[in-house]
Amino acid sequence: MWKWFHKLASPPHFYRISAILAPWLLVPGLILIGYGVYFGLFVVPMDYQQGDAFRIIYVHVPSAYLSMMAYMIMAISGGIGLIWRIKLSHAVAAAAAPLGAAFTFLALCTGSIWGRPMWGTWWEWGDPRMMSELILLFLYFGYMALRSAIDETTKADKASAVLALVGIVNVVIVHFSVEWWSSLHQGQTLMRKGGPGMDAEMLYPLLANILGFTLLFGSLLLRRIRTEVLFRERRTRWVREMILSPQGGA
Amino acid sequence: MNDQQREIPGILTGLVAMTKRDLLLAWKRPGDVLNPLFFFAMVCTLFPLAVGPSAEQLEFSGPGVLWVAALLATLLSLNSLFITDFEDGSLDQLLVSPQPLPVLVLGKTLAHWMTSGLPLVFVSPILAITYRMPLSVVGVMMLTLALGTISLSLLGSIGAALTVGLHRGTALLSLLILPLAMPIMILGANAVSLAAHNDIYTTGIWALGAYAIGSLSLAPYATAAALRISNE
Repeated sequence: MWKWFHKLASPPHFYRISAILAPWLLVPGLILIGYGVYFGLFVVPMDYQQGDAFRIIYVHVPSAYLSMMAYMIMAISGGIGLIWRIKLSHAVAAAAAPLGAAFTFLALCTGSIWGRPMWGTWWEWGDPRMMSELILLFLYFGYMALRSAIDETTKADKASAVLALVGIVNVVIVHFSVEWWSSLHQGQTLMRKGGPGMDAEMLYPLLANILGFTLLFGSLLLRRIRTEVLFRERRTRWVREMILSPQGGA
Repeated sequence: MNDQQREIPGILTGLVAMTKRDLLLAWKRPGDVLNPLFFFAMVCTLFPLAVGPSAEQLEFSGPGVLWVAALLATLLSLNSLFITDFEDGSLDQLLVSPQPLPVLVLGKTLAHWMTSGLPLVFVSPILAITYRMPLSVVGVMMLTLALGTISLSLLGSIGAALTVGLHRGTALLSLLILPLAMPIMILGANAVSLAAHNDIYTTGIWALGAYAIGSLSLAPYATAAALRISNE
């Protein structure tokens, strides 16, 4: 009974480690975002083509990258849980889904706001990246809907892991099919592929923000996993002992 | 009953028996086959009513409308793929049968395609002609629909297996499958509209064929895994 306590992936062990780890991700993350946002919004000079509008990349690029990163984490940890039957990795997948959906939504919103001055439209149906991102959002919705439709947690874990893995194969196909589809359409002249190479002055705040967002995502994910673990293990002894202890599980 | 002494029939026998059984069931319940076809025809009727019956508009939107309608009709029929077997307990028999489950699932899915995708392929020319599609393009459209609906049936079987025991499974099934099915529709509809513009459309056909082969070889395993998860 107490043997699994010693395993690294055991929920109580994770619960203790993550409490120590979460602030170490959060604080550097916030500092990096602070640096990135300040320099990105106030210090870096205007882009000679896009003016001030380009500054939205400091939010757009990190959230677009995290939207895909979160899906990878969700699908891979679901797969690990399916193959090696590690309970914790299913909790990781469950915790990653809403975060991933949130970052996907953020990426779509910022992309849309950026598209307004640049392409003259809030939404460009012909842009393959926008379409892929929108389909990714739908995949997240489907994943979360399936999870919430199944009452039994173990069953929900496994079923949604299968869906996430099928989805990961499909994301690649979606990307290529959308690319092929949009290459048929005229009117790509609105889009400048590649764009101007970036100055170091512009690049560093962006890199800082990408790293900062990643750390923030990591700490948010840890917090969500902790809640998830606590909820899933609510009938176990360690949770009861921790809650009843004088510290109250803080 | 002395089943245990009897030799287990081969894989191909199991596949054929499964397909035959489902085809027979479909024959006994023609409504399940016909309803998606009526639905397909009705969706195709809705579009001219909504966007106007002008000839250019119909010619332009025909391939897309037919493909969207085919996608929705397939989704509608997918719901019944496992549900009756689940309700009368024969799904449990499939799960404990000595035959490999992916093969049985493949048999069921093939029967599903023969009773949903294939009829769509043969009904679609009638509707395509009302959309003023030239006959040469109709052939291309039938080919894309035939290849695409195989993939749709196989991909959909994963979703149907995941949602088989659930209440409100129908809406959920659409939510799960639609984003995954988008590439098939993109490839199919665009190949048809390229053919309508006398452009090179073979890329779409090849890609659809590749998708069909890929899902033929992979999807039954995912469906079998999903069925085991839903029924444990």
